[in-house]
Amino acid sequence: MGIADFTFYVFALVVIAAGFFTVVSRNPVHSVLWLILAFLTSAGLFVLMGAEFVAMLLIIVYVGAVAVLFLFVVMMLDVDFAELKAEMARYVPLAGLIGLVLLMQLGLAYGTWVTGEGVELLDAPQGTPEGAAHNTAALGALIYDRYWLLFQMAGLILLVAMVGAILLTLRHRTDIKRQDVLAQLYRDPKKAMELKDVKSGQGL
Amino acid sequence: MISTDLSIIAPEILLAVFAMAGLVGAVYSGRDALSQLLTWAAALLFVAAALYIGLTGEGTHTAFGGIFVDDAFSRFAKVAVLLSAAAVLIISQDYLSRSDLLRFEYPILVTLAVIGMMVMVSAGDLMTLYMGLELQSLALYVVAALRRDNARSTEAGLKYFVLGALSSGLLLYGASLTYGYAGTTEFAGIIEAAGADASIGLIFGLVFLCAGFAFKVSAAPFHMWTPDVYEGSPTPVTALFATAPKVAAMALFARVVHDAFGGVVGDWQQILAFLAVVSMFLGAIAAIGQRDIKRLMAYSSISHMGYALMGLSAGTAQGVESMLVYMAIYVVMNIGTFAFILSMSRDGRHVTEIDALNGFATKEPLKALAILCLMFSLAGVPPLLGFFGKYAVLLAAVDAGLGWLAVAGVVASVIGAFYYLRIVYYMYFGEETEGLDGRMTTLPWLGLVASAVIMLVGIVNLFGIEGLAEAAAATLVR
Amino acid sequence: MDVLLSEYAPILIFLALAIGLGLVLILAAVVIAVRNPDPEKVSAYECGFNAFDDARMKFDVRFYLVSILFIIFDLEVAFLFPWAVAFPEGSMVAFWSMMIFLGVLTVGFAYEWKKGALEWE
Repeated sequence: MGIADFTFYVFALVVIAAGFFTVVSRNPVHSVLWLILAFLTSAGLFVLMGAEFVAMLLIIVYVGAVAVLFLFVVMMLDVDFAELKAEMARYVPLAGLIGLVLLMQLGLAYGTWVTGEGVELLDAPQGTPEGAAHNTAALGALIYDRYWLLFQMAGLILLVAMVGAILLTLRHRTDIKRQDVLAQLYRDPKKAMELKDVKSGQGL
Repeated sequence: MISTDLSIIAPEILLAVFAMAGLVGAVYSGRDALSQLLTWAAALLFVAAALYIGLTGEGTHTAFGGIFVDDAFSRFAKVAVLLSAAAVLIISQDYLSRSDLLRFEYPILVTLAVIGMMVMVSAGDLMTLYMGLELQSLALYVVAALRRDNARSTEAGLKYFVLGALSSGLLLYGASLTYGYAGTTEFAGIIEAAGADASIGLIFGLVFLCAGFAFKVSAAPFHMWTPDVYEGSPTPVTALFATAPKVAAMALFARVVHDAFGGVVGDWQQILAFLAVVSMFLGAIAAIGQRDIKRLMAYSSISHMGYALMGLSAGTAQGVESMLVYMAIYVVMNIGTFAFILSMSRDGRHVTEIDALNGFATKEPLKALAILCLMFSLAGVPPLLGFFGKYAVLLAAVDAGLGWLAVAGVVASVIGAFYYLRIVYYMYFGEETEGLDGRMTTLPWLGLVASAVIMLVGIVNLFGIEGLAEAAAATLVR
Repeated sequence: MDVLLSEYAPILIFLALAIGLGLVLILAAVVIAVRNPDPEKVSAYECGFNAFDDARMKFDVRFYLVSILFIIFDLEVAFLFPWAVAFPEGSMVAFWSMMIFLGVLTVGFAYEWKKGALEWE
């Protein structure tokens, strides 16, 4: 077993273990942390496959943003997680049984798996060949030109996400004072205070 | 080259520009002042785009290297989607402003969803398909939760989102398997790779794709979200869900099975026939116990999707044609029915219980008659238009050698007739209790009466829609 | 594969070292440290009185809005990377397609700004 295989197995085992602990850990915050570990190791797996851009994207977007969002959501919900987990414990036998059945089916399928004649398994990537565009550049050459339409659709989808998030969660509170820079800049000191001559015994 | 591509997607670009201009214009002009205007503008624009597509489009063009297809089939679906979305916007405007839901984002999001649907039905590539589907779904998840202070509505949005995300996952899994085994995401390439005898991997991909689509068209056994989402969403949104997205998803389904897997009809025919049978029976039987008309319409739509899928499962041009005709009729019936449901109210509150219809005919004979037409048509009672839709799909199934499926369809139709006729029974012979007292404004009234009249008049020649559907089907099934 | 790995050798060694060191430190604490816990020792210390409630408190939903808006712009930036890398060979179509993309998101940004979603009240 070479270094490459060894690295692959380490990453693969860690990703499976992290996924497992994401599901079973009692504390939801720990679940999120395990999930981050799973993301990081799968980024490692992507690097091993030669997909560096995807790997970095996984770290930037999933670890950097999605995991943080999950943490927020976990902290936002007023759910007693211990109770939820206890609820889950009741279904563990059934879930275990289903898992076992699935595992057996997979075993059966794997047992009868035959590779067709003339089918070549994909070779492990050998890194970027000399002189060829590396993978970020190769993607860059495709996305914006050939897949123009899909790229613009992605922009529209992000726009919908933005509008949707604001429409559903933004609430304006009326009982607070906001800063209005322009109004403050144009404030006229002369009009800020008014002197009234109050005659005695009459009031305003 | 790019300019011809752009001219092919001109309607989509127009709608996108409108959505963005509307968004910025409305937000800078003050809160919700422009909502009314934007809703009308969106509806008119949809109609204009439908006219443009319907009248000027001809032939088959592909854009962006084959990932976007403009042919008679996509034009048929686009016109149906655009017109039904416009109709829903128009009939629901009054309800929205009455229940204080008319926010300017609503027409904008509907416009964006419609763009998604238009791209979906024109997809020539698995990636285009997915992007269109996501744009559509994401906008619809948001409008489902439009009444955000209402637990039911937020529940509907959340449920729709979670199950929709799951179905997108299934779909993506199928797409990646298909890509892996076909070596391309383009439909033209997939049909070549599949040949006449697809490999087991491709079939797995096909099955997952079908499961994902079944979710989107709410065919049983992937229908679980439908009743809750229909019931919880604000009624105008329910009306939208029941019409345009269903047409788009069905057209997409037809496009994928024929354009990408047209060589292996036998493989997907079984899946579609299964989906059709289960949907027809589940929709017919589960609706019997419903007391809420929105839930009832949800089960009704499940059952109608079953019939449309029966047409599709024939695997022939005749099957696709019957499916298109069926969907067109289904949409008209639903618009009429929802125009009425939108106006159901008592003491200024929207009611959706079926019991509220008791004795409705004595109070409003004309409206009751219109609903009678629609219900009979939904049930498929001859000689109304709904019957011709059912007849076309049954005929297609029989001609394709699926006699058992047609028999099952007839049986399910008889069972399903019960709950439609029960509504009519309540209206005409029910003991009058607390009835409805809401008045119907002109536009929903027009929607109701027009669709009822279409149900009656359409039996003459179906408004020539058969010819268009035939041309559309001919471009899809080669 | 080995060619690829040799490019990443430094980071691999770094990872191995970091994980190894981390494990050693944690395990050392487990093995060597003296521990006799009792209920009083392990309970949360809060200035002498018993803890009132859970240490975790609910976050405001506004955090969610900010983070989701952040994710959207994060994704937008992710799209900029390949574009920038391929820029010298890129066509005019590629250039303008990015401009349109940025324009669409600017529309979103203008909406967001005017709506007051960026204000922290």
